[in-house]
Amino acid sequence: MAHGGGGRATARLIRQIFARHFANPLLDQGHDAAVLPRPVGRIVMTTDAHVVSPLTFPGGDIGSLSVHGTLNDVACGGAWPIALSAAFIIEEGFPLADLDRIAASMGAAARSAGVPIATGDTKVVERGHGDGVYITTTGIGVVPDGVEISPQRIRSGQAVLLSGTVGDHGIAILSRRQGLEFGTGIQSDSAALHRMVADMVAAVPGIAVLRDPTRGGLSATLNELAEASGHTITLNEAAIPIRPEVAGACEMLGLDPLHIANEGKMICICAEEDAEPLLTIMRAHPQGGDAARIGTVGDAAAPGTPGLLRMTTLIGGMRIVDWLAGEQLPRIC
Amino acid sequence: MDHAPTITGRRIRVRGLVQGVGFRPHVWRVARDLGLSGWVANDGDGVDIAVWGDGPALDAFAARLVDDAPPLARVTAVASAPADGPPPAGPFVIVASHGGAVRTGIVPDAATCPACAAEIRDAGQRRHGYAFTNCTHCGPRLTIAGAIPWDRARTAMAAFPMCDACAAEYADPADRRFHAQPIACPDCGPRLWLEGADADPSADPIAATADLLAAGRIVAVKGLGGFHLACDGLDAEAVAMLRARKRRDAKPFALMAPLAVVQAYAQVSPAARAALTSPAAPIVLLPPRADAPVLPPALAPDQDHWGWMLPYTPLHHLLCDAFAARGGRVLVMTSGNLSDEPQVTDNDAARAGLTAIADALLLHDRPIWNRLDDSVVALDDTGAVMPIRRARGYAPAPLPVAVPGAADWPATLAMGGELKATFCLLRDGAAVVSQHIGDLEKAEALADYRAMLTLYRDLHQFVPAVIAVDAHEAYLSTTLGQALAEETGARLIRVGHHHAHMVAAMVDAACPAAMADAAVTQAVDWDAPTLGVLLDGLGMGDDGTLWGGEILLGGLDGAARVGRFAPVPLLGGSAAMRQPWRNLVAHLHAAFGADWQAQAAPVAAHLPDAARLSMAQAMLDSGTNCPPCSSAGRLFDAAAAALGLYPAEISHEAQAAMALEALARPFAAEEHAYQVEITGDPLPTIGWAPLWRALLGDVAAGVAPGRIAARFHHGVAAAVAQAVARAMADHALPPGTQVALSGGVMQNRVLVPVLRQMLGAMGLRVLAHGQVPANDGGLALGQAVIAAHLAHTT
Ligand SMILES: [Fe+3]
Ligand SMILES: [Mg+2]
Ligand SMILES: [Zn+2]
Ligand SMILES: [Zn+2]
Repeated sequence: MAHGGGGRATARLIRQIFARHFANPLLDQGHDAAVLPRPVGRIVMTTDAHVVSPLTFPGGDIGSLSVHGTLNDVACGGAWPIALSAAFIIEEGFPLADLDRIAASMGAAARSAGVPIATGDTKVVERGHGDGVYITTTGIGVVPDGVEISPQRIRSGQAVLLSGTVGDHGIAILSRRQGLEFGTGIQSDSAALHRMVADMVAAVPGIAVLRDPTRGGLSATLNELAEASGHTITLNEAAIPIRPEVAGACEMLGLDPLHIANEGKMICICAEEDAEPLLTIMRAHPQGGDAARIGTVGDAAAPGTPGLLRMTTLIGGMRIVDWLAGEQLPRIC
Repeated sequence: MDHAPTITGRRIRVRGLVQGVGFRPHVWRVARDLGLSGWVANDGDGVDIAVWGDGPALDAFAARLVDDAPPLARVTAVASAPADGPPPAGPFVIVASHGGAVRTGIVPDAATCPACAAEIRDAGQRRHGYAFTNCTHCGPRLTIAGAIPWDRARTAMAAFPMCDACAAEYADPADRRFHAQPIACPDCGPRLWLEGADADPSADPIAATADLLAAGRIVAVKGLGGFHLACDGLDAEAVAMLRARKRRDAKPFALMAPLAVVQAYAQVSPAARAALTSPAAPIVLLPPRADAPVLPPALAPDQDHWGWMLPYTPLHHLLCDAFAARGGRVLVMTSGNLSDEPQVTDNDAARAGLTAIADALLLHDRPIWNRLDDSVVALDDTGAVMPIRRARGYAPAPLPVAVPGAADWPATLAMGGELKATFCLLRDGAAVVSQHIGDLEKAEALADYRAMLTLYRDLHQFVPAVIAVDAHEAYLSTTLGQALAEETGARLIRVGHHHAHMVAAMVDAACPAAMADAAVTQAVDWDAPTLGVLLDGLGMGDDGTLWGGEILLGGLDGAARVGRFAPVPLLGGSAAMRQPWRNLVAHLHAAFGADWQAQAAPVAAHLPDAARLSMAQAMLDSGTNCPPCSSAGRLFDAAAAALGLYPAEISHEAQAAMALEALARPFAAEEHAYQVEITGDPLPTIGWAPLWRALLGDVAAGVAPGRIAARFHHGVAAAVAQAVARAMADHALPPGTQVALSGGVMQNRVLVPVLRQMLGAMGLRVLAHGQVPANDGGLALGQAVIAAHLAHTT
């Protein structure tokens, strides 16, 4: 891949790569802008820039990740995704074979999700100005009437559900990045969750919150929700699903699995009576097989104090689960 | 010839802890004794006295005012001036308080006084056998306080209206219970009962509890500031059962017994006796007597000191008596909690949380509004008190800040650290340091911290102009301080962790004795460049890396690093605190590089399996969760692991390091120091490679582990002394330079005496803690002084 002089040839090559792997009627229109049929319902829109090292990791690569990440953000609005866009920033000299592989994986992820990549863009930057390839994806989707996902709807007594195990993605990335081998291979959980979410929303339109615990893990996402809603959320450590090999890796690394990123998990906060029906729906999907109720929304915090995230520990204590502040520098030692 | 005596008047102002301690009735009694007229009143500034009489009587009055002061009073200043006007008619009187802003707070909770202890054992008294007996000189204070002024209606005693007999005592200035807010008797006060173990509701709950204890059972006992778990300390099976039921907890158990029994088991020096019998009645760490009967080792695994305390409430006295009547001698009284959670304070929480541990609950209906752990002190080689945990009996007594001009500093709130959290209110030249609250990551402790902050601010009508926080952004206390500063508009000042430790030691050294009679005040020169040797687990450094073995030079205005321990990776971040082997690996890797595994052969038995080791190697190679840190605490953990002391996992903080200290103690006087090297320019850095080489050689040669531990301690002391000598040379510091010692590692009573001796021999003046702990429990005091001084000057 060259920058500058060879622009035209490169652009054509890229078009061939992307056109071949992403092929769908919207993209095939070949315009600068894709024209979509008018949807029924309110529209959600979300965008995410994907930067990951290494570009390929156990269980996925930046291509599939950039599709799943944005589809899941659309799903967090309770919406059904209808189209994606993709913008690539490619570093000069990046091997075309690698780009082809990423595009193939991206196209396959979109096809398997049933959502077209309707439009896109590509820029090549000078060597040293990028880390191989960055992919920004934007998604639009449609929300059924009556669905109002918002942290403002969090209330005392609601249940906190999680669609599966924590920490898989972050540990898979870390093990590949640092050459740390944890025996049995740990795979990223990168997956699209919109089908599972669509079933959940159809059954329980009154779901209060859907949120994917990506960067910063369960603790960052739930702290954000506790703070935004002004409620204390209490987790039950024993109920949080985690693969033994991920738990083992976290123990060895000294990392808290609640701080580790996930790319195929959904947190759902709902009324107590909806918890069991929703868990049944989640477990019927391959992405929700390990779904569990992991906690409960507690009282509204006292005026002037933010909501807190706490956890009943395995030994029966209660600890504060704090944000991860920047780098994980220990506080206590 | 008869001379009519010349009557003159004096106006006397008494300052200090003189309210709520029976000071006015004391004044009243002395004045009436001497036939003087006049009056006494409380106001916002202390006690105000106007008194008339002849010269000798007035002199006698002034002397007895201080000499015979009530036991809980702490007089810090007496000012006397001629009084205007003629003597008032009639006898000396106590008059109503005259206003003024309240600045006196409340006094600490105090152990049962001798008079009350005698009264409950006297069958002729109406409080015979009554577990909640107290008077002006003893009893609950902070534990039952809800608001100011200190008055029954604002305490947990509000639910118990006084009977006529108690009301009469309360109103009589001649009575020991004049204005004793928690006054109570069997007719009107709190009640005791036993639950569980098929307790017979008609039986005497104390006798029934003693029966259970004597039978080897475990009873949760609601005390003054929280629950204890009690069992027979001489019954090895009961002790083992308590350990098993508390799970994952190998912390030493505190023991309670009357003084004569303590003296039969432990070496009780005069200073130790003074501490044990003081109104604060802390747990005192004491070595066993050589001729003492053997105690079950499970009481304090791998420790050579036991924590002893005397009964300090009437309930304890009665329980110890009843236990003794059944042949018992020593009670385990360990904090009533699950593992290392905060102590339970509430009856329902005890029913929910402690019944899995205890066979029965001895409960009462006086609520514990404010959790207050037992204080813990040790005695150093000079016999001085070394505070380890400052809580019941000490907090919230104000500590004078002996820095010139401190009275003019702005009101400052310091938020403290993260573990062993305390906070500090500084105003008018006095610092009120909260009781030990604990690890803020525990939800209960964080809730307590917030509640105590509200209570202390209310008790002292305290509006902070300045809020000081630690430099570590992720401390929960830092986050709270930032939020509070935003909310109140107070000026936020960040204070370096080790600078705060250093100044805490300086301020503490200059404090008049408040903690115990043995503490000695040291003159501190606030203008002279002062050295600080700060050894702890870790704290955020000025350069954004983690520090923990530092030599600083400076003073109140700031301090620069002039020496340090070599940074070594924390293998797995805070996992390095729990698993000592990680520090051994990191230290050996730092000392020997790629070749470390070959060098480690003598200690290989204490390292994990090959898979874990290769993972550790990969983490070190890639720098994954391996932040560098110049920690002194982790160096001690590494040495402990090398000797096989808890290499895999510790159950409580510093467990391995404390076992290492105990192992070294018998050899402390006779061993030499391992060599170290000081390298680095411009920042002198202590490298530990020679120490490790020698230590591994000794292990391979089969030298006794105690000797190795002693050589290690001497080596660390010598390394610090060398680095200090280097700093003195580099910075042309004169003999007589002050050196402040602080940080949790400075509680090591093998290291500190050696270090103190070396520094003294170099002509340095050592400043050390006497009122607040050297660990992070003392941090808030240093933060407050630094920030208030800075805010005053800039
Ligand atoms: Fe510290
Ligand atoms: Mg996004
Ligand atoms: Zn008394
Ligand atoms: Zn009464």
